[in-house]
Amino acid sequence: MVERKRIDDKTGTSTVGHEWDGIEELDTPMPRWWLVTFFATIVFAAVYVVLYPAWPLVHSATAGVLGWSSRGQLAKEVATEGTRKAPIEQALARIPIERLPENSELFQAAVAGGSAAFKVYCVQCHGAGAAGTKGYPNLNDDDWLWGGDLKTIQQTLANGIRQPGNDATRMSVMPAFGRDAILQPAEVQDVVSYVRLLSHQEKPSEAARRGATLFANNCVACHGPQGKGMRDFGAPNLTDGIWLYGGDRDTLTETVTNSRYGVMPAWGHRLDPVTIKMLAAYVHSLGGGEAFVPETPAAVAAATSNPEAATPVAQPRNVQP
Amino acid sequence: MASKFLDHKKIERNVTILGVLAFLAVIVGGIVEIAPLFWIDSTVEKVEGVRPYTPLELAGRNIYIREGCYNCHSQQIRPFRDEVERYGHYSLAAESMYDHPFQWGSKRTGPDLARVGGRYSDEWHVQHLKDPRSVVPESIMPPYAFMAERDLDAGDMAKHLTAMRRVGVPYTDEDIQKAQQDLQQQALADGDAADLARRYPKAQARDFDGDPNRLTEMDALVAYLQMLGTTVDLRSAEAQEQPR
Repeated sequence: MVERKRIDDKTGTSTVGHEWDGIEELDTPMPRWWLVTFFATIVFAAVYVVLYPAWPLVHSATAGVLGWSSRGQLAKEVATEGTRKAPIEQALARIPIERLPENSELFQAAVAGGSAAFKVYCVQCHGAGAAGTKGYPNLNDDDWLWGGDLKTIQQTLANGIRQPGNDATRMSVMPAFGRDAILQPAEVQDVVSYVRLLSHQEKPSEAARRGATLFANNCVACHGPQGKGMRDFGAPNLTDGIWLYGGDRDTLTETVTNSRYGVMPAWGHRLDPVTIKMLAAYVHSLGGGEAFVPETPAAVAAATSNPEAATPVAQPRNVQP
Repeated sequence: MASKFLDHKKIERNVTILGVLAFLAVIVGGIVEIAPLFWIDSTVEKVEGVRPYTPLELAGRNIYIREGCYNCHSQQIRPFRDEVERYGHYSLAAESMYDHPFQWGSKRTGPDLARVGGRYSDEWHVQHLKDPRSVVPESIMPPYAFMAERDLDAGDMAKHLTAMRRVGVPYTDEDIQKAQQDLQQQALADGDAADLARRYPKAQARDFDGDPNRLTEMDALVAYLQMLGTTVDLRSAEAQEQPR
């Protein structure tokens, strides 16, 4: 090819030197900013390779002069965060949970920490607003299966519900009345009628009257003579219109026939005691938290002589932060 | 770059020089990307506890891949504080060394699943897979209720394990021989659980889907989910980690 470079009249730049059918190509040089950027990236790469881990070798990459590693950075960040939270965590570790409400600043910190932990560990079952869903209790109301004071919530959190191999777990097994043939299918329907009468969903009927007898013989041990439940067994109150699985006839039939066996993990194995304390404070703060009633001999005596005095309802509610 | 030596005109017009230089450029990338794979045994840090998947877990993993769960769920916790606080200890390379193919992923429409094992109950997983909105109202995950209806058809598990062994997963002859039996036994929990636990430490044998009479796809998938990230004792692994 014949080299025929010339300066283009219109642009003032040189042509490349080839020409086809009168079409020529301008040899426009690269813009200066582009060249500067190009060389700057090369310099950056050279410096980076020296400072940071770069070349893969047999066992690991070259370490780099700065000694930076992603795991090292993580460890440092975790440590910094730990130092920042340390005073509050130590204070939380020291204070017995039932005395937490006395220190409103600490209680507030615990609720904030518990809210963060709740989003990680609890929302999957109890829901983002802790409103629960079928089979998973609503934590916003004041209807508690196992008790709603700070210490009880903490105990439930740490040891879970129906966790095998944990002596302190919340444990109770409702018999599968229908499946194990303790009650005949017709009797199950009678009990369901009575339970629906208890919860004001049905009018008194012959079936409910028969169910009342069956209830007295089979259910009162845990659900109590009035069906108001018993927290020692996690037996729900059947009269309050709040249902974990549902209060319609089909669901109640299913419950009485096959029983229910809801579980919750024992978080004591996974989370540190301070996080559990914070979670308990958060759950307690949601709306249904009850005041702690100390189990002193005097309180027990008072409860036996005068049941009115020791009921949680009679106690003043905690001041919410 | 107007020097005679690097004159691009000269390079572009001489096919031999162009070829040699292009080859050199490609070879650098090749060495950096391919060569470390030959030293993978010394690159992957050693941690105790990682074991091959049991046949049931492997079948669940195949369903996980079949349904494209990896499109929305990653299985790699990166070493950042936000991830570690949410998901747990960051993933170690050794934890996925028996994954063929690995499920690391980089797209998280849903949460990371690398350590989901043991985090929820089996009932939760079954309910969530059947109807995700019933437990997570804001979820956009599709429902997979059909898995509870379909009997698990895992194919010839012994052949599957043999194939995995060819690509480096250390299944023993006994594992391969008992593959079909292990598969049944882990989900129906009706056999020698101690034997399964001896060959696959920490293997969980029980009915996973709430229907003890059938071996369904739900059984396999939940068994797989419940073992994810549970095999390594991370407290003892920490001592063996290299800074990276």
